Amino acid sequence: MDLKKQKMAKQFTEALPYCKALGMQVEEAGAAMAVLSMPYNPATIGDPDTGVVHGGAVFALMDTCAGVAIFMHPESTMTTATIDLRVDYMRSATPGQKIYAKAEVYKVTRSVAFLRATAWDDDRENLLATATGAFTFERPKEAE
Amino acid sequence: MVKHRKEPLQKIKQRRDNALAALVDRVPYIKFMGIHFDRRGDELTAVMAFDEKLIGNPILPALHGGATASFLEVTAVIELAWAQAWQKMENEEVHTAAMAAVRLPKTIDFSVDYLRSGLARDCYARARINRSGRRYASVHVEAWQDNRSRLFAQATGHFLMPQNGG
Repeated sequence: MDLKKQKMAKQFTEALPYCKALGMQVEEAGAAMAVLSMPYNPATIGDPDTGVVHGGAVFALMDTCAGVAIFMHPESTMTTATIDLRVDYMRSATPGQKIYAKAEVYKVTRSVAFLRATAWDDDRENLLATATGAFTFERPKEAE
Repeated sequence: MVKHRKEPLQKIKQRRDNALAALVDRVPYIKFMGIHFDRRGDELTAVMAFDEKLIGNPILPALHGGATASFLEVTAVIELAWAQAWQKMENEEVHTAAMAAVRLPKTIDFSVDYLRSGLARDCYARARINRSGRRYASVHVEAWQDNRSRLFAQATGHFLMPQNGG
């Protein structure tokens, strides 16, 4: 594994203002995959009756995670943009727990990357959310 | 309803604005994102004021896709809760004070189309409820910045409506 690329992915991602605001961390970055985490933060509560984090914050974590997975794809330049992303919320996140997301690039064409992602908290087997999306994919110029 | 005709205009507006504030001010994430709602009658426009912390691409610069998605989802959820509250309010079933007890719908799924980069500007969004049943609702949301006709993102989501007491 390219340690330099891993380190770059971590430093670059964690410095992005919105990721920083939500406290996102790159836990793992491998070939065309990434695992990110986001701590529980009372400021991101979406349901005041239960203390459950807003779906938008989970969406943001999964979107970022997908971006890092593309960044880690061996054929990718390091820029991408989300074309579309759909998140299915299967259960509420447990208040107080850190949320994790894992994204994998499962297919790339000349200019599009297709991804799947999952999210969970302490109960690893019982997924919080799944996502599927399409992202722009840029290859280095000389490869064309 | 008859009573409303005699109510002074300013009092009606105040009552409705208070009801909206009671709904919105309870949600920490809405405050965190810097979102507020403009009301014209029952129509809501969500406004997300630009802030450095919403940036996801510092080079362009552009808003983070997750910030855009959050803005759209907040708009959809509040539109649904507001539509329910509005009806009850007009029927005098709910007083402003009771609005704080309105439970919010839960997102089942949310699908966002990113049409162009979100620039370092304020964002606006409106939601349209395509179907709202007793249990499920389907909502479409459109977001723009400078031009209403140049959307930078749109989304469709399905929601589980709160049961009893909502």
